[in-house]
Amino acid sequence: MQIQPILAALRKYRLATLLIALEIALACAVLCNACFLIVSRLRQTQIDSGIDQRALAVIKLSGFDEAGSIDLNARMLDGLRRIPGMQSVGAINAVPFGQHAGTAGITLDQAGQHFGGVIDFYLGGPGTFEALGLRLVAGRAPQADDFRPLNHFEPDDAPVMVTRTLAEHLWPGADPLGKEFWSDHDHFRVVGVIASLARQDGGEGGPETIQWSVFVPAQPGMYLAGNYLLRADPAQLPRVLRDARAAVVKIAPDAVLDNQASQTLDELRLRYFRADRAMAGILLGVIVALLLVTALGIVGLASFWVTQRSKQIGIRRAIGATRGDILRYFQTENFLIVSFGIALGMLLAYGLNLALMRFYELPRLPLLYLPVGALTLWCLGQLAVLGPARRAAAVPPVVATRSV
Amino acid sequence: MFGYYLDLALRSLKRNRVLTALMVLTLALGIGASITTLTLLRLLSGDPLPQKSSRLFYAQVDPNSLSGYVAGQTKPDSLMGYVDAMNLLHAGRGTHRAALALTQAKIVPEHSTEHPYFSDGVITTTDFFPMFEVPFRYGNGWTAEDDTNRAALVVISDFLNDKLYGGANSVGKMLRINNHDFRIVGVLQHWAPQPRFYTQELGGRSYGDGEALFMPLSTARALNMDPQDIECYASVGNINKLEEAPCEWLGFWVQLDSAKAVADYREFLANYAKEQMALGRFKRSETALLDLMGWLRDREVVPDDVRLQTYLAFGFLLICVVNTVGLLLAKCLRRSREIGVRRALGATRRTVFAQFMVEASIVGLAGGLFGLLFAELGLWGVRHQPAEYASLARLDLTMFGSTFAVALAASLIAGLLPAWRACVLAPAPQLKAA
Repeated sequence: MQIQPILAALRKYRLATLLIALEIALACAVLCNACFLIVSRLRQTQIDSGIDQRALAVIKLSGFDEAGSIDLNARMLDGLRRIPGMQSVGAINAVPFGQHAGTAGITLDQAGQHFGGVIDFYLGGPGTFEALGLRLVAGRAPQADDFRPLNHFEPDDAPVMVTRTLAEHLWPGADPLGKEFWSDHDHFRVVGVIASLARQDGGEGGPETIQWSVFVPAQPGMYLAGNYLLRADPAQLPRVLRDARAAVVKIAPDAVLDNQASQTLDELRLRYFRADRAMAGILLGVIVALLLVTALGIVGLASFWVTQRSKQIGIRRAIGATRGDILRYFQTENFLIVSFGIALGMLLAYGLNLALMRFYELPRLPLLYLPVGALTLWCLGQLAVLGPARRAAAVPPVVATRSV
Repeated sequence: MFGYYLDLALRSLKRNRVLTALMVLTLALGIGASITTLTLLRLLSGDPLPQKSSRLFYAQVDPNSLSGYVAGQTKPDSLMGYVDAMNLLHAGRGTHRAALALTQAKIVPEHSTEHPYFSDGVITTTDFFPMFEVPFRYGNGWTAEDDTNRAALVVISDFLNDKLYGGANSVGKMLRINNHDFRIVGVLQHWAPQPRFYTQELGGRSYGDGEALFMPLSTARALNMDPQDIECYASVGNINKLEEAPCEWLGFWVQLDSAKAVADYREFLANYAKEQMALGRFKRSETALLDLMGWLRDREVVPDDVRLQTYLAFGFLLICVVNTVGLLLAKCLRRSREIGVRRALGATRRTVFAQFMVEASIVGLAGGLFGLLFAELGLWGVRHQPAEYASLARLDLTMFGSTFAVALAASLIAGLLPAWRACVLAPAPQLKAA
């Protein structure tokens, strides 16, 4: 297939060629960036929570008299443990993807000069470390005497388990075991390192801070009450949670059960990422509409070209061109135009990405998206031109002998 | 002449139904997407109190330490501490002023068979109601005296009144909140200005329903009802004594009716900060006084995602317009001979141009009509999204009009190039070819 005659023909329709190329270029720019946005959104929803999410649920109470917290804890723990199928119940201040509690800034020295970042504290009573299913990678798990009473919402002095990511952030390259940090006047010493534990409300400082959390063993009491972690077999969990909700109303009739927050962790996670999934869906819709419109445009213009040139096609057929030749002619022509558009589109895609980076704290567009976008558009172009090209190939040679 | 062009245009559009349908569909998709996002953006960046927003101001001072301070560049904190809020409140400047915070109020129904539940509440001072022009159905707000006396009074919303009393006049009835009895003094009409300007930074939503009840700040604090959001700028001795703690948890609004009053208040705030620095309470002299819309802009209340969607939709519209240009061009080139004949019979370039623009605008209006359908579909989709503003997404009259304006503009822009090509066509070769 010679390209020279195709280019010569395109030169005659410079404006229309340019329009299709421009459309492809715009489509390429939006396509690459939208795909990138979708993937970044969906990747966020895939974060490792670090816990046995499928086996866990949470019950949240509020509106009870603080003075009666110890009594409430005892009644709740006892009552909930009686539910058939319940494997473990423990008091905890918060869970990943739930309402946040215990977010505070920490410092690496007592004087508060060396700021370490804002992190999430998970305060859990006996059994919660095991129930969460946290994976220990160094040091030890909490022991019985680690669970100390609280005088305010944090313990004054406590051994803690930090996540690997946080340890690396606070003490890069060093062994975190035995290291200390402070939050206001409270002192913490690292005795264990856990693989991961996602923050309650996502990282405030961006995606890299999502694992900045610590587990603090604490004695249930006035400052650790009303929020309970339930563990059961995943198959039985919905039933156990239903029973637990019913039991709570009997155990503590004065307190208010927070229906929104008392859920399985799977459900909480699903809700937490709902907006991200919706956005990804919208972006996907835009991409589909975009490709559809681009394809329609190509079909429209290509059909027009075929009608315009039916006489020339007839002549070519009459002097020996096969149907396949004509078909390939239009396919090659489309390939050339689309390639030109893609070349322009890559520049546009890059420019659009730069603009998005300025306004939305997005990372740079990985180069991989460009060939993928190009391939998509090439396929789209070939598919769209197939109909008109086949119609062109069907033009009989006899047309050449007619005056149009 | 216009009627003739219209006739010509309709004939031409009818002659090539597939191409016409393609153009209309393309434009309609682009317009539908743009109008959907534009409606949402307009709604989310709207003025919650159009008749008054320019006279309402949000005051800020800065009690932080000097760590991280860059003179002239550091913005003051968005919330205010109790002491400063009370100082400004009692300074008595401005037509109205109010300090407020949000809280969770536990409501205990009269019948013991029903379970208690939490509702959103505003804890504020007497001027809140006149300043924000809150409409009452029954009764009214409380007085400054009630604020001082920590009176156990409450104003409830229309929906709480419906829920508790079936919509009847409940003024004078007692309501049990957080295990204390409050007397209802007022019932509001439906009131939920969007965006929720006064809840910004206080731990509330940016859009959605209003609060269920309103009570005096002094009373609520006396009963240890906690504000939703507390920001502390120094180490805290006793978090339960919020009034004395180095913490900020109140928003402070003031109504200023003239430019002079605004200038005076700015000066007053600056002097207040200097005075507090002299007393040793403040280390920084920054203050801010933003009007309502300025405050919403400063808080960037419109979600980033909605902006992104709007850019995306307009990018899409651009592609649709380019597409329409291509299709219109194809149509117009196909009619070269017809144009040649018209030109030869004496039509000027101007008339040929006008004829093609009329044709483009018909495509545009049809695109607008279908675009409206797509926009309604899009907004229906938005209403089923998991966002707090979802239920607000509706097309109003302005956006209805704008749909056609956008459609017409888009189609006329798309029509320019083909119409120009048509009118510069030399008639002779076309006639010869025929």
